[in-house]
Amino acid sequence: MTGSDSAIPLVRLNGISKHFGEGETRVDALREVSLEVFPRQVVALLGPSGSGKTTLLNVIGCILDPSAGSMELDGELVLHDARWQRGDLRRLRLDKIGFIFQYHNLLPFLDATDNVAVVLQLAGVDIAAARKRAVELLDYLEVGHRKSAMPSKLSGGEAQRVAIARALANSPRIILADEPTAALDSRRAGIVMDLLRKLAVERDAAIIAVTHDEKIFDRFDRIFRLRDGRLE
Amino acid sequence: MNLAYRDIRHNLGRFLLTCMGLGLLLSVVLAMIGIYRGLVVDALTIARAPAVDLWVVEANTRGPFAEASRIPGDIREAVARIADVTAAGSITYQTVETEYQGGKLRLYVIGYELTRPGGPPEIVEGRDIARSHYEMVADRSTGLTLGERVQLGRNTFTVVGLTRHQVNSGGDPAIYITLPDAQKLQFDLAPPAARVQLARGSGGASLDTVNAVVARLHPNASPDATAETIQRWKHLAAITQEAQEVILSRSLVDRARRQIGLFTSLLLAVSAVIIALIIFTMTMEKLKQIATLKLIGASDRTIVGMIVQQALALGLIGFAIGAAIIVNIKDYFPRRVILEPDNVAVLGLIVIAVCLLASGLGVRAALRVDPATALGG
Ligand SMILES: Nc1ncnc2c1ncn2[C@@H]1O[C@H](COP(=O)(O)OP(=O)(O)OP(=O)(O)O)[C@@H](O)[C@H]1O
Ligand SMILES: [Mg+2]
Repeated sequence: MTGSDSAIPLVRLNGISKHFGEGETRVDALREVSLEVFPRQVVALLGPSGSGKTTLLNVIGCILDPSAGSMELDGELVLHDARWQRGDLRRLRLDKIGFIFQYHNLLPFLDATDNVAVVLQLAGVDIAAARKRAVELLDYLEVGHRKSAMPSKLSGGEAQRVAIARALANSPRIILADEPTAALDSRRAGIVMDLLRKLAVERDAAIIAVTHDEKIFDRFDRIFRLRDGRLE
Repeated sequence: MNLAYRDIRHNLGRFLLTCMGLGLLLSVVLAMIGIYRGLVVDALTIARAPAVDLWVVEANTRGPFAEASRIPGDIREAVARIADVTAAGSITYQTVETEYQGGKLRLYVIGYELTRPGGPPEIVEGRDIARSHYEMVADRSTGLTLGERVQLGRNTFTVVGLTRHQVNSGGDPAIYITLPDAQKLQFDLAPPAARVQLARGSGGASLDTVNAVVARLHPNASPDATAETIQRWKHLAAITQEAQEVILSRSLVDRARRQIGLFTSLLLAVSAVIIALIIFTMTMEKLKQIATLKLIGASDRTIVGMIVQQALALGLIGFAIGAAIIVNIKDYFPRRVILEPDNVAVLGLIVIAVCLLASGLGVRAALRVDPATALGG
């Protein structure tokens, strides 16, 4: 398929391990995971429950400290020997990473437009420009007609597309999705996958999605299988 | 866009209901503070009314309010002759019950000498007493109106003037009549045996008995020094105005004051806990949203700001509602409720401090929440 010819990987993990607890209660959630994801790739993380998929996503998203290993994002060494190389991980997330949740997790008190615009505002964009860009993104994801709706009034598919718009707001090149289609029927799941594909191609982005959804396996460029914290 | 405001607007009904509940609670706190202030001020009103510097009373008493005091009426002349005294007047105080509009009316009767200290401090309607008999100036809280006639003892008095806020420490409204009328009333109402004795002038008792002689001094004179001079006279004690006010607020209403004071503190503590709980719950309900905000790049400052702004909004609106309620109903209380701006301001500051403290708890929980929790189901 497309993609893996780009020279520099957007995500590169080297010997990432993560354990929770110590002694009796120690859980090894990730063991020496190394992988690379290139621009324009849409990859899947697969594995039984408890195999470490979410943990891996959280490490890549810089919201969980790994116990060992190194990581490069977009060519920048952000983690070396389990030590963050940057003080401001929030800024790093804001600049490089977009999250799509299993359930859309839109803020219930903001309408569709502002749910997207808030991300831009947090990054320092003034509100008028943020809203303008938010509406463009909603149009791009074909939910522009629902731009003034509150999240509780959106259908599951619409809400998920608004959430994807939000993940894209800062033009991140790494998009992490935890079961983005779990709450959708197969037709809508297909639409969302098409969208992610379109994103990867048009924005030169890498998309890493956790999924259990066998219907969409054939839409990924690459599938990483996890078992007991190890890549197979 | 302001996240705190948007969140409140989204749940406006619920937020306002919470504010309303808090407002009612704070109105009770304000009422208690007002009742407390009212009690203290009421206790001092009668003692402040004659605007004097010195109280001459019976020896070994702390009269005429805290203890009974009876002295001969001619003491006034002796007091008036003291060098530093500019004016002196005899006063009687007695509580009388009379019939009024089919019910009982308790009155605190003050007898004074028309041209001397001891009369009503301020007439808000009508005029001062002009004739030496059967006229009275009554406090508005008696319910009496100008021109009304009231039976006291064997005589009928006409209301010629009205005062306001003149009540004794027990809350009984005051009326003023002339000293001779008051002495006659005291005689009429005395038990028959005592009356016979009084009429004979035997046993040292005389009709010309008063409860206190009050005196105004030269502005430069020392009340303590003059009091000392009078102390040396037999059968008399002298109390400065300052000491009289201490006696009134410390011993006369001390229990009631402490009772209400303690209850007010308790109420404040309860309110503080309730405010803290409301704000803490408000934050806990939003933990998932806060995790989401963190994940999409909100700084700790943004999150803290949201919680603190909401807490302050709740506190301030609740306080405003509470203040509005109490200002509108305070005149319906049977006794005075006094809200002084500084008391209200102090409560306002306490509410703000509690809100900030309580949001501190919420903030702690919010800052600890792992952004990863937003990712899960
Ligand atoms: N915060 C934590 N503390 C302790 N153990 C944890 C924590 N998070 C995850 N684990 C453990 O780490 C292992 C991997 O968890 P993870 O959530 O990554 O699994 P998963 O592959 O996402 O599973 P699922 O498909 O059910 O979502 C599990 O055994 C889990 O119990
Ligand atoms: Mg998971």
